[in-house]
Amino acid sequence: MILDVPELSLVALVGISGSGKSTFARTHFQPTQVLSSDFFRGLVADDENDQSASSDAFDVLHYVAGKRLAAGRLTVVDATNLQTHARAGLVKVAREHDVLPVAIVLDVPESLAWERTQAREDRTFGRQVVTRMHRDLRRSLGQLAREGFRKIHVLRGVDEIAAAEIRYEKLFNDLRTEHGPFDIVGDVHGCRAELEALLGKLGWELTRDEQGRPVDAVHPEGRKAVFVGDLVDRGPDSPGVLRLVMGMVKAGHALCVPGNHEQKLARKLNGRNVQLTHGLPETLEQLESEDPAFVAEVRAFIDGLISHYVLDDGGLVVAHAGLKEAYHGRASGRVRSFALYGETTGETDEYGLPVRYPWAKEYRGSAAVVYGHVPTPQPEWINNTICLDTGCVFGGALTALRWPSRELVAVQAAKEYYAPVRPLIAVATKPDQGLDIADVTGRRHIDYGYGRTTVPAENAAAALEVMGRFSVDPETLVWLPPTMAPCSSSTVDGYLEHPSSAFAELRAAGVSRVVCEEKHMGSRAVVRVSASGAGDAIWTRTGRPFFGPELDEPLLARVRAAAGPLFTELGSDWLLLDAELLPWSAKAGSLIRDHYAGVGAAGRAALPAALRVLDQASARGLDVAALRDRLELRSAEIDGYSAAYRAYVKPTDGLTGVTLAPFAVLAGAGVSYAKKDHDWHLALADRLVAADPQLFTPTRRMIVDLADPADEAAATDWWLALTAAGGEGMVVKPWAGLAATDDNGRLVQPGVKCRGREYLRIIYGPEYTRPEQLDRLRQRNLGRKRSLALREHGLGLAALDRLAEGAPPWRVHELVFAILAAESEPVDPRL
Amino acid sequence: MLLTVTTTRRPATDLGYLLVKHPDRVHAFDVPTGTAYVMYPEATDDRCTAALVLDVDPQRLRAQKDAFELSQYVNDRPYAASSLLASALAKVFRSALRGASKDRPELAASVLPLEIRVPALRGTSELVTRLFAPLGWTVTATPIPLEAELGGDSRYVDVRLVGELRLADALNHLYILLPVLDDAKHYWVAPDEIEKLLRSGAGWLAGHPEKVLIARRYLAHRRSLATTALQLLEAEEPATEEEEELPVARKAPLAEQRRDAVVAALTEVNAARVLDLGCGGGALLTALLKNRQFTEIVGADVSSRALEQAARRLRLDRLPERQKDRIKLIQTALTYRDDRLRGFDAAVLMEVIEHVDLPRLPALEAAVFGHARPTAVVVTTPNVEYNVHYEGLTGMRHSDHRFEWTRAEFADWASRIATEYGYAVTVRGVGDPDEITGSPTQLALFTISTEVTA
Repeated sequence: MILDVPELSLVALVGISGSGKSTFARTHFQPTQVLSSDFFRGLVADDENDQSASSDAFDVLHYVAGKRLAAGRLTVVDATNLQTHARAGLVKVAREHDVLPVAIVLDVPESLAWERTQAREDRTFGRQVVTRMHRDLRRSLGQLAREGFRKIHVLRGVDEIAAAEIRYEKLFNDLRTEHGPFDIVGDVHGCRAELEALLGKLGWELTRDEQGRPVDAVHPEGRKAVFVGDLVDRGPDSPGVLRLVMGMVKAGHALCVPGNHEQKLARKLNGRNVQLTHGLPETLEQLESEDPAFVAEVRAFIDGLISHYVLDDGGLVVAHAGLKEAYHGRASGRVRSFALYGETTGETDEYGLPVRYPWAKEYRGSAAVVYGHVPTPQPEWINNTICLDTGCVFGGALTALRWPSRELVAVQAAKEYYAPVRPLIAVATKPDQGLDIADVTGRRHIDYGYGRTTVPAENAAAALEVMGRFSVDPETLVWLPPTMAPCSSSTVDGYLEHPSSAFAELRAAGVSRVVCEEKHMGSRAVVRVSASGAGDAIWTRTGRPFFGPELDEPLLARVRAAAGPLFTELGSDWLLLDAELLPWSAKAGSLIRDHYAGVGAAGRAALPAALRVLDQASARGLDVAALRDRLELRSAEIDGYSAAYRAYVKPTDGLTGVTLAPFAVLAGAGVSYAKKDHDWHLALADRLVAADPQLFTPTRRMIVDLADPADEAAATDWWLALTAAGGEGMVVKPWAGLAATDDNGRLVQPGVKCRGREYLRIIYGPEYTRPEQLDRLRQRNLGRKRSLALREHGLGLAALDRLAEGAPPWRVHELVFAILAAESEPVDPRL
Repeated sequence: MLLTVTTTRRPATDLGYLLVKHPDRVHAFDVPTGTAYVMYPEATDDRCTAALVLDVDPQRLRAQKDAFELSQYVNDRPYAASSLLASALAKVFRSALRGASKDRPELAASVLPLEIRVPALRGTSELVTRLFAPLGWTVTATPIPLEAELGGDSRYVDVRLVGELRLADALNHLYILLPVLDDAKHYWVAPDEIEKLLRSGAGWLAGHPEKVLIARRYLAHRRSLATTALQLLEAEEPATEEEEELPVARKAPLAEQRRDAVVAALTEVNAARVLDLGCGGGALLTALLKNRQFTEIVGADVSSRALEQAARRLRLDRLPERQKDRIKLIQTALTYRDDRLRGFDAAVLMEVIEHVDLPRLPALEAAVFGHARPTAVVVTTPNVEYNVHYEGLTGMRHSDHRFEWTRAEFADWASRIATEYGYAVTVRGVGDPDEITGSPTQLALFTISTEVTA
């Protein structure tokens, strides 16, 4: 015997003690799918047979069942389930999660059950208990359907039980295997002419019957149409629309979900008493001139419609009034009701229409939800949902969304067929202003496309403090620079970092061509400038304003002026630049004075004084030569160290002396430039330098073919010269651009830094070049830093992608916030 | 890393006896942070100088992790005189520090003409003088300049002390005051440091005008230790008349007046369920908890450290259950919408808005008045006009204040917010008012007037 069970359901096994429920569960289901009351009694009371623990045991069982169902997992309850109240608890859990409750009844002769019970040592109750159970079972059989079980399988006798087989059935709404491509059409409301025009515009070819009425449509590229419902009412030809759509659905060329207007029409056609309002009378009048057989077909068609569909591997959901995430792929009365009517707050607006609950504003699902129902002047993506009802019948337009390209295609209505009760305004569907704290706090798992990451709650708390107190407006803060890993430690004598390691590392990652960019020693600056100046900002690597408005504003004005031609050339009214602000002392002046230079001054005062003491002692004939050598070395080291930081100190006064060295143009309106190669980025940077050579500093660079040792040698010489002249070093980047990937399509490090020998004195200490110290430092562990750099880089790229897609601010912000949170991970700050 | 002690008392070479280090040898000692050397650059009958050179081994220093963290690798420890040098001094000159001498007991007990030089010591000339001059030293402290590129002086001074003192006293002064000036202990400050402080400070610390600063810094700012040490010091010294408290009518400080004004405003609007937004360490929460009128109190702050402080201050883990049920602490940032803040009778923003950058203030307004939308909102902020009464105040009242408003500016803001979000508002002063400048604090009480449907 085949037992049909929906893929996602709550299955209650029903049977008396000794009927073989546990054996049945073991045979047909995975152990983790089965929740047994005995097990939960044991869990709460250390005794599987302690009936006094049943109440607590079922509390826990229901809780676990609820968690499983919420996650979309089939759940089987192995308990006698002979009493109404016990089954009612299960039906309630199923309904709370909008899954179908299923009963499988194991009906064995009482004598057999008693025999089995006696054979079990842990069952101590008497025969009369089994008899009572059996009586309960008989009584239960007739009640199951009424109690809400949507499928009831009764297996009579051991043979039927032994022969049973479970067959999983998909829910009707589960069309995840349908990949389209789709043309999703908004509310038609009897506007047949506009529908024909729209289908024509989308490339469909209409089939007409002998009277010239369209009865089907085919797309030469095999596209599939999806109607979001409300085909009928108010408009001039509801029967004509039905005829066409019914034909398309029947031929397999279209899918259709019902709207509230179809629902009401079907109720009327089924003889129910409904109010003849909102354009229904027009439809009924139009149907009167139709053949009764056609009207019967309409009735059957509407009765057979499924309230929502999950399509394209779960990436697309279509429902007439939209659908919140918890209801996707679920089946229950309230899911259907939500899909048909949406959720209302219980209030009415000034036109007497129900106030709709703005579910889309809270939507956080990964599936795109496409719907209609509420006429809006312009379709707009809100949190990955879009309403296609553009009020055709009210004289607006009929709109279709092409999936997966997300392209909108519309035709204007020929006229206003019906006067709207209220004007078409996009009320309550506008995304909320500002950001919601629930989107960033607590422990969060983020799938950002280039990878997945978990933000620990404590890192999020730290990031919130920075974001809340110090950052520029989080909606402006669309990107943060990732941290950068240094190259692997070099084995070259006297060097901790050396170009050869950087080249080897990138070559190993599958990169064939790199660009070596001079590493400017200043402060990282991200600049957003626009043609109009609105929303412009410059921020640091942790998202803070740079110097404060008195200096930031004039600085931005100059960048804006220089970037003028680029706005036109790139076709974007704003640009996001990645740059270094120079000199280091402009922003880090007090850090240099108090820390780096202080150490230098102390060393330059103490060491010569000590050397003088030693010289005097030596003159007295004391043997202090070894100590003197050591202090002399120290003195040379502190001089080297002092020269290193001094190179990054330049006088500035306000903005005088401050320059920006741009090296990447990250994004513009609707576009991320992450895939552009570095020649492109640096050419744009050069244009800025040319436009305002005082403000901008060029980035010297050299392109290296990693297969050519001569190229490498030249770059190494270049690096040696650069660092000998006081330069910090260079960054070696895959030439292909920010989003460079390896052969497996995984992101590679966007750049590795290779810092100069003298520069590293201010990082690792003046004396780090001593052989024994270098040996120890070469053991430094780069793993953490590299994985952090890659994660932050991926999050940043994803933020640029989402920004380009026009994603809502919180979708971009959650990623930028995650970058900031990642920065509170403990990683060696010298790397 | 270097200090020298010179005497000119003939025969000056007797210094070697007092220090128990022969002038004609180089003495080396292993200390936890490297090697300490004692040698004599000059040793004649007229003038004898002992030098203590500490050769710090950065690697061994690094092993003592706790003290330096980020600046572990680039720091002044190998160069500047610090607790490292003081520790070495204590080890190398142990008996001299005690004032003991087997060979020259009478010399150890008598004052000598002494000259001390420390070529690099963190501190200002002024502080060095304040610390050493009261002990009988003539102090020359020359600031060590930074390089010309940067200009100005570094935080280090080259110190020369001249005086007639017992050698033991001089060494004890250095032992305590070098770490005090350096103000960064290289080891974990444990309670037994109090004993060291009292032992080396015997006879001079109790009467030192800077004893509070010395105790605080020596005990590395651990207030409870410093307090204990100061109490023990007091025991040595008879209380002087000035120190006795005079029976003056105590005026409630501004913070207290502000707290009372806020609670009064909340009472005025009959609030029972209240939010303290930006609760900080919980100063207001304590007052709210004491008042049974408030049945549900939520303290919210962006800083998790502040929330921990508040929890400690309120003794949340020890409150009886009924009390504890009334109060909750949550982390939030007021520039974000937060559903947890909805549905309250009142919200308090006590000295909070001035910590938000002006461009970010609209986000706070929308989150509080638009989204959380309590029935009443109490806002307090400084009145900048009153600042003229704070002597020596330059700039704003707190380093984190992003702005401070005049009464007119605050009133404008309050009425704009009231109109925008459908509230009625009254503005009043808190604290003793001045005729011209008004009160030090200003308070606005907003009450909801129109319910806006979503």
